Amino acid sequence: MAESTHETCEGLLGSLSDYIDGDLGAELCRQIEKHIAECEDCRIVVDTTRKTVDLVHASNDPQTGLPDDVRDRLYKRLNLDDYLKPSAK
Amino acid sequence: MVESIIQDISIESLRNGDRAEFAQLVDAYSAPIYRLGLRMLGNEQDAEDVLQNTFLSALTHLPAFEGRSSVLTWLYRIAVNEALMILRRGKPEVNIDDTDLSDDNDQISPTQFVDWGALPEDELLSSEGKQALDTAIQNLPENLRMVFLLRDIQDLSIKDTADTLNLTEANVKVRLLRARLLLREQLSYYYGERMMKEKSNG
Repeated sequence: MAESTHETCEGLLGSLSDYIDGDLGAELCRQIEKHIAECEDCRIVVDTTRKTVDLVHASNDPQTGLPDDVRDRLYKRLNLDDYLKPSAK
Repeated sequence: MVESIIQDISIESLRNGDRAEFAQLVDAYSAPIYRLGLRMLGNEQDAEDVLQNTFLSALTHLPAFEGRSSVLTWLYRIAVNEALMILRRGKPEVNIDDTDLSDDNDQISPTQFVDWGALPEDELLSSEGKQALDTAIQNLPENLRMVFLLRDIQDLSIKDTADTLNLTEANVKVRLLRARLLLREQLSYYYGERMMKEKSNG
């Protein structure tokens, strides 16, 4: 990162998570956007960190169910066999 | 969705030992808890142990559950503790306590500035790309990985992540940022190399 903007780069880094999660106030967002318009390294860090989080979400399928055999053993262990519904798959 | 199912579950009935209600709880949460175990421990057998032990422990402790946190946070807390017990069998030094993180600021300074964010989605999410991401997550230090898994994979809020791990919200934010930056660094190496190869192949 450019040495002349070192402090601002550091400052941006501290707010990066809040910024990409949309938890930052409008004024701070504006400051960050102004900074990344002028600082290519920070622009890349912001873009690729956001992309990293997006990829994590995209590759994580919350609908993935429990394997049937794991589910059967769990219900058996908990003495809930009689509540074992047929798999949704 | 899990949230809508869970709204229908009565904490009172659970506390009173209603088995049908408990079965509904197991049905709603077994998949996310199994996935959490898999991500934390990296193998199916350990994940299954975490899953079974979590609900066995929940069954034992439900009468004392005061409802100060959500059932989800409470179950995740049990699951995290079960997973930590398994992790410590192999690595007794594993510690996720709220220790001072201010000494090792170096690790949050980015060193890779490869602009891979604009690569096409199908390339980023190829099976090889997903594998690189999984490996990078698995390589995170435990104290960062726990926070990252709960917040970015299980989608808990900062507050619920803090409650689950018994950390302050400020500490969760620091760890989350470090985890994300470390993953970004590792993915930058990976995609940077791919971009170089593509360039040299014309």
